[in-house]
Amino acid sequence: MSGGATLKADPGFYDHLPYVGRPKIRWPGDARVAFWVAPNIEFYELYPERNPSRAAWARPAPDVLNYAYRDYGNRAGFWRMFDAMNRCGMRGSVSLNVAMCEHHPEIIRACADRGWEFYSHGTYNTRYLFGMNEAQERAVIQDSIDTIRNHTGQKLDGWLAPALTYTDNTMDLIADMGLTYVCDLFHDDQPGPVKVKKGRLTSIPYSLEMNDVIVYNVNLVSPRRYGDILKRQFDRLYREGEESGTVMCIPLHPYLVGQPYRMAAFEEALDYITRHDKVWLATGREIAQYFNEHYYDAFVAAGQPIGALA
Amino acid sequence: MSLPDSYLTYPMRRYGMDHDLYTWSPLPLRPAVTWRSGARVALWVTVALEWFPLNMKGVPFKPPGAMVTAYPDLRHYTLRDYGNRVGVYRVAKALADRGISATAAINAAVAARYPALIGHCADWGWEIIANGLDMDHLHHAGLPRDDEQALIAQTLKVLREASGQPVRGWLSPAKSQSGATPELLVQAGLEYCCDWVNDDMPYRMTAGGGNIIAMPHPCDVDDYTILINNHHTEDDFRDALIDQFDTLYRESETQGGRIMALSLHPWVIGQPYRISALEQALDHIMRHKGVWPATGGQILDAWQASSA
Repeated sequence: MSGGATLKADPGFYDHLPYVGRPKIRWPGDARVAFWVAPNIEFYELYPERNPSRAAWARPAPDVLNYAYRDYGNRAGFWRMFDAMNRCGMRGSVSLNVAMCEHHPEIIRACADRGWEFYSHGTYNTRYLFGMNEAQERAVIQDSIDTIRNHTGQKLDGWLAPALTYTDNTMDLIADMGLTYVCDLFHDDQPGPVKVKKGRLTSIPYSLEMNDVIVYNVNLVSPRRYGDILKRQFDRLYREGEESGTVMCIPLHPYLVGQPYRMAAFEEALDYITRHDKVWLATGREIAQYFNEHYYDAFVAAGQPIGALA
Repeated sequence: MSLPDSYLTYPMRRYGMDHDLYTWSPLPLRPAVTWRSGARVALWVTVALEWFPLNMKGVPFKPPGAMVTAYPDLRHYTLRDYGNRVGVYRVAKALADRGISATAAINAAVAARYPALIGHCADWGWEIIANGLDMDHLHHAGLPRDDEQALIAQTLKVLREASGQPVRGWLSPAKSQSGATPELLVQAGLEYCCDWVNDDMPYRMTAGGGNIIAMPHPCDVDDYTILINNHHTEDDFRDALIDQFDTLYRESETQGGRIMALSLHPWVIGQPYRISALEQALDHIMRHKGVWPATGGQILDAWQASSA
């Protein structure tokens, strides 16, 4: 929240658009599901500056256990996940803490060489947007735009807020600064327009349900069950996608999915999904761009204004 | 209220880590490690022997396994102690039957309170490493440096006298460290530390003008995490161990020696209804060619010889 501002009851980002009766989406190649994998490549600081809205670590600093657990992702887990994705012919759309470009350029290079997309997940996963004024938030977004361009040559198109922290300005600012899609909204299984002051911003389905942080750290499920969850999600979206194209995302964290005891079940599910005929193995940018060109306007037109209590 | 602009400055934004304890080193870019006699996977079983005081304070936090109810929490106190009386003997038999010797990470208080148990560890050929004074003496930033130094010295003195072993390794209770812990461990002459869960292989840490080797003692491949924290079944526990081993075994074919590290707590896995899950997983592992059951010290020596 920003100083003195009224707290909203509804973020006001989108109209109501029922799942039935909307414009039908046809993906390239007549695919039923646009499938993308979003590894969160993150750097957590051992001694981050404190944000009054959220503590970075569960234990008093230095939180050696939790810091090291996440560092595992870069030293070991990433490489294992990377190999499994390559074996399945799946490009990643990297949700990037952009300071990774300075800290661990070897990882950035490996992804770039495989044609992976980079989008922004803030600067560090221990620096939150909560409490930033507009100038500060613009500086963070500009840092992401510049760092990704300087290190990968890519234009920054997508945004997933660092550690899912926001201000009321976040969506307006990223659209104003030229980004085209956002992963922070969980209200749909298809892309949709986001109302912003300036620019054209599309929400594309990311997922907390499929996210290994939620699955492993919050819901505490076993690796083999995670494999089942992924296949069940895909099977249903694949069936429904015959009617109108759906999106499935698997958001990953190498420190979790890259543990040896979790790899086999994940790779089996990824192999299962990518072997289907009518699946579009896409990146976030490709999905957003295709939707923007073909369906954005139709979805805006179909949206129903949200009513108010009398 | 907005944030100070210092929140947008990053003094440690640079190549490598944001501290100087160890260098950045991606696992697949390192030279392959060779274990002795063609072994592919070293099997490193650590057994934590812990004492949770009934009147524990839980400063600065309650460690996993701490007392839960108002004082006196007899149910949790005695269930933890079950591990030292019964569970550990069930675990020891499961290991001995399969020719596996373990590394015991022992609270000094356990050695002092239960001398017979230390004797049995020696009979089984287990390596003794330090697991701090007891489960209510955590190492943390609020502890004055001199006090922490004294805590380490006392722990090592008790364990070295009780076991007659050099006690080369250290596991902090709850893997909790202060900023000074690595340096103090180096100064105390310890050779390896089991607190950092950021790697699958040993690596060198630098602190206080010396070195200590970080060994890959896990928090995930752990009976407490899987069975108590995650509420998984015994079969899930067995499957997790099998899946962990199979992945590492496959990698060892092309990427050099690996370590299958397993962290056990006898009060958890030593229950009658759980022990067979461990036995089945160990049977699966030991059926493979090139599995080398070893203690932490033996693995450390082989790693240093290979990296020399």
